[in-house]
Amino acid sequence: MAVCIAVIAKENYPLYIRSVPTENELKFHYTVHTSLDVVEEKISAVGKALVDQRELYLGLLYPTEDYKVYGYVTNSKVKFVIVVDSSNTSLRDNEIRSMFRKLHNSFTDVMCNPFYNPGDPIQSKAFDGMVSAMMVQAC
Amino acid sequence: MADDALFEFLHMEMVAHVYKQQASRAETEQERTTSVSILEGMGFRVGQGLIERITKDTPGFKDDLDIMKFICKDFWINLFRKQIDNLRTNHQGTYVLQDNRFSLLTQFSNGKQYMEEAPKYLAFSCGLVRGALCNLGLDSVVTAEVSTMPSCKFQVVIQKA
Repeated sequence: MAVCIAVIAKENYPLYIRSVPTENELKFHYTVHTSLDVVEEKISAVGKALVDQRELYLGLLYPTEDYKVYGYVTNSKVKFVIVVDSSNTSLRDNEIRSMFRKLHNSFTDVMCNPFYNPGDPIQSKAFDGMVSAMMVQAC
Repeated sequence: MADDALFEFLHMEMVAHVYKQQASRAETEQERTTSVSILEGMGFRVGQGLIERITKDTPGFKDDLDIMKFICKDFWINLFRKQIDNLRTNHQGTYVLQDNRFSLLTQFSNGKQYMEEAPKYLAFSCGLVRGALCNLGLDSVVTAEVSTMPSCKFQVVIQKA
C-alpha cells in the first residue's frame, strides 16, 4: 500500500529510504526531501500553540496529484515519512497510524541492537523485511 | 524480583571486568579515568537505546523540565524500580537529581569504608542519563557524588548550543 517509506535522522539526513517502483527512485527522494519542511513546520507549531495536542503522528503532510505524504516524528526527533498512492482511497487514517506504529517499533528494535551505531544508515534485515511487508500489503 | 538481581550482578561484573582489563594494560596513573570513561560510554549507548524504547508511547515533551521529570519518573522506574526522590533546578540548565537509596549502592557498607570505590559504580548510570538526554536532543554533562552511602546525587548540566 505504501509506495515509499523513509526514515530521516534528527539532523535531517536519510537513515533509510526505500520505494517500490525502483525506476523512479529519485522522484521519491525528492518528494520525501520536500516533505521535511512541512515536518519542521508542524513540529515548531506544536511547541508553541496547543500544548495538549502533542502527538507523535503528524498526519497528512501534503497531497500531490499522485501521492499522499504522511509524517511521524519520534521523541528523539527521528522522522518517518510514508508516501502512499492517491488512487488508494480505501486507506484510512487509522491504518496509516498503525503502519507508523509498526515502523516505530521496528526502529526501536534497531536502536537497541548493540551492533547498530546510532546515526548510521539502517541495514537491518528485520527492518527491511518489515518495510517490504508494509509495501506489498494490500497492493 | 529476579531480574533486578541480574542487572546488579551484570553491572558488578562489568565494572570488575573493565577495571581488570585496564589494569592488565599497565599504565597505572591513567587507569581510573579511562575505566570510568569506558563505563560511561557503555552507559551512553544503552541510555540512547533505552530512551527510544521507553518514550515510544509518550507524547512529545513540552520543554527541558518536562524531559527531566520524565527521566526522574518513568526512566528511573524502568531502570531501578523507584523514582528519583528529589529533583532540583536553577531553571538555567542545571538539575540535581537525588536518590536516597540508589540501588547500585545498596550492597555497600553504609559507612565510609568504600567511599573511594563509589565512582566506579556510578559511571555507568551517569552515562545512561547522558545518553538518554542526548537522544532527546539535550547535550549534557552528568556527574555523580556520594556524601552518605546509599544516597547519591546526580548533577546534570545542560549544554546550551
